Amino acid sequence: MMNEGSELSVTIAQIVQRLKGTHLHSQLEKQAKECLHRPEIRLESIKEDVRKFLRATGWERKLQNAVYRELHILPPSGHPEAPLEHTKEPLAYMRKAQASWEKRILKSLNSMCTELGVPLARKRPVLEQKELTSKWNEMGADEPDLSKFRPVYAPKDFLEVLINLKNPNHDHSDGLTARSHWGLIPISLSVRDVPQLREAYPELSLSCSQLGIDDHAHVPPDLFESEHIRIGKKVVDEQDSAAAQQYSRQGSPTGLRAQLWALILNITNDPEDVAHYEQLKAAVIHHDLLVDNLIYKDVKLTASNDDYYFVFEDVLYQVLLCFSRDTAVLEHFSYNSATPPKSYIQGKTGEEEFAVVYPPNGVIPFHGFSMYVAPLCFLYNEPCKLYSVFREMYVRYFFRLHSISSSPSGIVSLCLQFERLLQIHLPQLFFHLQEIMAQPLRIAFKWMVRAFSGYLSTDQLLLLWDRILGYDSLELVAVLAAAVFAFRAENLMEVTSLASAEAVLADLSTLKVMPLLQIFLFANVI
Amino acid sequence: CLHLAGNHIKADSNHREGRSCVRYKCSLMNTVLDVLHQRPGWVEVKEDGEWDFNWCDVGWLRENFDHSYMEEHVRICHFRNHYELTRKNLMVKNLKRYRKTVEREAGRLEAVKCDFFPLTFVLPSEYHLFVEDFKRSPGSTWIMKPVARSQGKGIFLFRKLKDIMEWKKDCTRSDEQRDEAQVESYVVQSYIENPYLIHGRKFDLRVYILVTSYLPLKAWLYRDGFARFSNTRFSLRTIDDQYVHLTNVAVQKTAPVYNPEKGCKWQMQQLRRYLTAKHGTYVVEELFKDIDNIFIRSLQSVQKVIINDKHCFELYGYDILLDQDLKPWLIEVNASPSLTASNQDDYEMKYSLIEDTLHIVDMEGRLTGKEKRVGGFDLMWNDGPVFRENAGLETLGSPFQTANTHLGGVNDRKKQLRQLLKPFPGQKKV
Repeated sequence: MMNEGSELSVTIAQIVQRLKGTHLHSQLEKQAKECLHRPEIRLESIKEDVRKFLRATGWERKLQNAVYRELHILPPSGHPEAPLEHTKEPLAYMRKAQASWEKRILKSLNSMCTELGVPLARKRPVLEQKELTSKWNEMGADEPDLSKFRPVYAPKDFLEVLINLKNPNHDHSDGLTARSHWGLIPISLSVRDVPQLREAYPELSLSCSQLGIDDHAHVPPDLFESEHIRIGKKVVDEQDSAAAQQYSRQGSPTGLRAQLWALILNITNDPEDVAHYEQLKAAVIHHDLLVDNLIYKDVKLTASNDDYYFVFEDVLYQVLLCFSRDTAVLEHFSYNSATPPKSYIQGKTGEEEFAVVYPPNGVIPFHGFSMYVAPLCFLYNEPCKLYSVFREMYVRYFFRLHSISSSPSGIVSLCLQFERLLQIHLPQLFFHLQEIMAQPLRIAFKWMVRAFSGYLSTDQLLLLWDRILGYDSLELVAVLAAAVFAFRAENLMEVTSLASAEAVLADLSTLKVMPLLQIFLFANVI
Repeated sequence: CLHLAGNHIKADSNHREGRSCVRYKCSLMNTVLDVLHQRPGWVEVKEDGEWDFNWCDVGWLRENFDHSYMEEHVRICHFRNHYELTRKNLMVKNLKRYRKTVEREAGRLEAVKCDFFPLTFVLPSEYHLFVEDFKRSPGSTWIMKPVARSQGKGIFLFRKLKDIMEWKKDCTRSDEQRDEAQVESYVVQSYIENPYLIHGRKFDLRVYILVTSYLPLKAWLYRDGFARFSNTRFSLRTIDDQYVHLTNVAVQKTAPVYNPEKGCKWQMQQLRRYLTAKHGTYVVEELFKDIDNIFIRSLQSVQKVIINDKHCFELYGYDILLDQDLKPWLIEVNASPSLTASNQDDYEMKYSLIEDTLHIVDMEGRLTGKEKRVGGFDLMWNDGPVFRENAGLETLGSPFQTANTHLGGVNDRKKQLRQLLKPFPGQKKV
């Protein structure tokens, strides 16, 4: 067992290794070199003086933000002898389930490929490349024939997989008893209950002011809003990632949100980021991928049909097509329980040297995937910045919503937590719904997989995502799902079928997220 | 105390006379009819029956207004010569004259605040003035609009004079040959080449203003409205592609890619939030102040021309275009904004708009006349600017007064109406 001290050194070494050679590193070196000319730098105290200079000019802050970012995406530490697969997902049965799910997806993709006679990847002829370049900003204007393409899977297919998870250490021999699971998720993981959640989310309590509640039209702005905005401006001026994250727990003001989120995610928009995006764009122009059609289909079916997101259709293509080709995303597989799908050069199946990750970023889009990006279009105009923000949000949070893992922010834990919260605090409702074959998870699952995107109105969704960033966890997605059921409990008690339960919960666009969360966590009698 | 006299109720001295039964006529077959049907105590009358309220179209007005005698309580939804504001050539004339007056009386800085309409010339009368200006800015784009048509019909863009030569030939024919009815008046206007785009798409704003009197000027601004998006991406390459440049929903509806379920509109609240997220609160507040300025000055420009009549009120649909510098431009004013709904949300919004209009017209005599807000309408001008803060010694002369407008703001009208209005005459309080 490693002791804390050496674990810290390993972490430091890892982070230093990752930051070496980045644009920030070269900038810091350049700044340090140039400042040597300055009068305040004295030879006898050169180290201290250079440090002081870097601090005063904001460079130390930038380094701090970069380190902070690395801490967010650090792979879990494990035994030095343990293989990566075991470190990122310690439970064997979860690993197995994820692996077989991946096999199924890839099989489905390959069979679509053979059926339609469309190659997984194809180099575009020069004429086609020219055409695509000229209409890069209006790809949505096309209406290609997508009727033969089907989404590889939809959230409900994924739910079936989760329902069939089996923990071999769990003894089912005593059949269905009161202690058995009445919900759909048949395994046990440690999830937090309301008293623990209260401790974890104190900023949401009744005695604490926040946006989404205390900025309501009838509340005088002097009580909270004006001061909160003033502090927000200061946080942006200071350019402090960690402070921005803490601040976001009480919500981000509309006028500052774009900057605050970029700060929390440490999106610096360096020349190297811009160059990287241009490279991805070039990759899109040169090669056509089968998954591109899946992306087109998804955008057309979901975002384009949304009353508000239809405007963003073009930029969604620009982001998602580039995303598919971004091999930098592969890094997140060091802490994602999933493994990127591999494809083999024709005729060389099974031979590792001819294996290629497909799609290049290792992420196969599913039905509704574009909804992860759509709300961000509200905040960011330049495709490069929008792209960077989305990619960072994906590798920090969204990937957990469609891979099988034991992580507390993973979809399995969220489902279990949702069910447990309802079972404990609304047992009558849960029992009733179960009786009429309307398992709550069947309705709430689609909300959680998308982190509520497309279900809540945009301003409410952004308030929820403020807190996801602020607390660095997706847990509130499960809590909100339970809170929605609690809110509509009266109507749900009256329904007699799954269809009518769905109807009661079909329209969430009028819900106010923060009061719901606050009441569920802090106003209910436990 | 209440006296029942005939079919109207005289309330106490604070309230003006109201009617418990209102006979109405309506020539529209859309949302308006639904609102009128469902209003307690309102009864539709047949063709020649006497009416207390008439939601008519402008055609009916033209033919019948001058021959109708209206009792004091009667209300009708148009002003006799509304076209001074809503016909493009007359609006231009009135705005130009108003601007000159402002410059003369208050100086150039003040007159600049009237520069919210693009350079416009009435044709054929101002053709030569137009050509002078056209030659001064070669390569720029102009838009030709027929004076009296709506829904985007007859509008085209051009860059070269030869594109309108054909049209001009018709106009210089001698008077005897020319058939008055055939040659329409047009306006030619400098085309705004740098509209504000949201992800490559052009849009314009539809805002609703209710005027209940011109002398003195009393105008209300509705909080809801919408941004209408062009279905295709903006580019100056194809002037001929009418669908790109014209955002009227009516034109978009026939464009090949239009999806009737989608409705290519954003609610004003959504647009305001989007702009705030992009540009910050201060910039957006200044923008909305500039938009308020357009409403007020355009109404002031026709104040002395419109025949004021206490029987008349009018609900205008203003079309505003934003450019890349976030400057708002007035495109036109509609006296008969479309009240047909494109989808359920649109229906609810228009239903509420018309309902609140009827609340303000107040046939039932439920208002005191001192209200600054009724439902989704905020009183924007009442013979002078209206401020959110109540006047008092502290606020006198204070620079911190904010205008009483909330365009794109929260519209909790049901709650406000519950607190404001007494139940309908004959109805029990809920």
